[in-house]
Amino acid sequence: MSVASQDTAVRTGGFVRATIYLVLIMFALFYLVPFYVMLSNSLKPLAEVTGGNMMAIPQTWTIDAWLAAWSTAQIGVEPTGLKPYFLNSILMVVPAVAISTILGALNGYVLTKWRFRFDNIVFGLLLFSCFIPFQIILIPMARMLGIMGLAGSTPGLVLVHVVYGLGFTTLYFRNYYAAFPTELVRAAQIDGAGFFRIFWRIMLPVSGPIAVVSIIWQFTNIWNDFLFGASFADVDSMPMTVALNNLVNSSTGVKEYNVHFAGAILAALPTLLVYIVAGRYFVRGLMAGSVKG
Amino acid sequence: MANHASEADFRTRLQDLLPKLVLSPTVAAMVVFVYGFIVFTVYLSFTDSKMLPSYDWLGIDNYVKLWGLRAWWTAVTNLAVFATLYIGICTLIGLTLAILLDQKIRGEGVLRPLYLYPMALSFIVTGTAWKWFLDPGLGLQNTMQMWGWESFEFRWIKDRDMAIYTVVIAAVWQTSGFVMAMFLAGLRGIDNEILKAAQIDGASNWSLYRRIVIPLLRPAFLSAVVILAHLAVKSYDLVIALTGGGPGRATELPATFMYSYTFTRNSMGIGAASAVIMLMTIAAVMTPYIYAELKEKK
Repeated sequence: MSVASQDTAVRTGGFVRATIYLVLIMFALFYLVPFYVMLSNSLKPLAEVTGGNMMAIPQTWTIDAWLAAWSTAQIGVEPTGLKPYFLNSILMVVPAVAISTILGALNGYVLTKWRFRFDNIVFGLLLFSCFIPFQIILIPMARMLGIMGLAGSTPGLVLVHVVYGLGFTTLYFRNYYAAFPTELVRAAQIDGAGFFRIFWRIMLPVSGPIAVVSIIWQFTNIWNDFLFGASFADVDSMPMTVALNNLVNSSTGVKEYNVHFAGAILAALPTLLVYIVAGRYFVRGLMAGSVKG
Repeated sequence: MANHASEADFRTRLQDLLPKLVLSPTVAAMVVFVYGFIVFTVYLSFTDSKMLPSYDWLGIDNYVKLWGLRAWWTAVTNLAVFATLYIGICTLIGLTLAILLDQKIRGEGVLRPLYLYPMALSFIVTGTAWKWFLDPGLGLQNTMQMWGWESFEFRWIKDRDMAIYTVVIAAVWQTSGFVMAMFLAGLRGIDNEILKAAQIDGASNWSLYRRIVIPLLRPAFLSAVVILAHLAVKSYDLVIALTGGGPGRATELPATFMYSYTFTRNSMGIGAASAVIMLMTIAAVMTPYIYAELKEKK
């Protein structure tokens, strides 16, 4: 991707180049400022936040707001801080990501190497499911979770996220495996290797990159989800995003903006970390669903 | 011998069946949780469901009522305004940044992640940050006045007529970097020889881009617009966190309308009807795209 000869070879003068840099830096500021404001104000005492300039760096540095957001802030009726909800999110995200990625890998394997008559229709139906507005399934899903005895529980949320993530994970693995030579699979078959053996020995060892893409995509989406959490969780299973919204938009008491900001950054931290560690794959994952290949 | 043959036969049959068996949980999940649920919601939209689903057939009454509601028209108009501006501005910024970044920029490796990181955040976080940033008493307006620009005013978020544009600003902030990444990938895929040939023919930089590069980016444009359109119709969390649908109902979108009618106003039939219309809107955008995708892959 970064081969020099592929760069667009447009010749530009000094003034034009200066302007280009200026525009690029202005945009960098545009993207950075809201985050800077959150960060710097989360480190100020409340009086300095409400009485001062939001762009100023803290005069009195304090991590009290962070401690409050984590363990003592009022969420709904309980002064528990965001900690229990952070754990809820982790308990929801880990199994949901694991299950949907494993199923997606198997589906992609079947759809490319074991093709059957209507496989394209199956894939089309899966693909369309990626893009439905979830409002269309909210009402029956609420009923179904009730019938299954999973209403308001973390396993219920895991189920919801697995079901509506399968389209994406299958799409990733299918497009990736499509480029893998089918002859190798056929040769292994002639040698007597079965379905799972081929998957385990031939497909899985080459699946690293796309597995990372799938895991990152699912992790980001499920961690950041609000709609399902708000619709299907109760107090004991409420994920981080819903708790954060309750903290920020609660109508009672003094608005502790510094605590809100610390909470918002806490909620953003896991996905930001993933992004910093594996940003390259993040970009690839975002595009795998849209750009061919 | 015959026994051995039938055992081998059984094994091959099992091997033939296995792929379908492995795929079956997914197919079952799709049939029930996606397509079955869609049918159920469509059915509900023709019934007099209030707080709970009811099975009394009403015909198209809910749709008639829905399109007679001021709140629904507000939501639909808002979506039209929001989607147009959101898609347009994101594409423009994304394309501009991609083209500029493609000029052998030093520090590209630093800038690119800065443009892209908002995509990793939850819309709830984005909404929290921008709600504060745009608040007249605390945010931008206050800062400008403190810096000595006494007459500076920016109260859009409190203004019924302008609040929807603040949703556009926050949404553009979140996704324009992603559109940049899509265009940049497209630009890097263009064969440099074509550009060199055009330069030798004396094409200016401007016409080089207008005549050759931008037309070659067609697939990236298409993907960007389809993805952004789908994100726009689904927008829910951002409005909840940024404006809560307010001031009044000024920033209500179909997604928030559906939620409040179904779950807090006990008009499930009308909520279901609004969800069906959302689905139809997305289907109209996505189906041709998916169809093209499948045909090309074959």
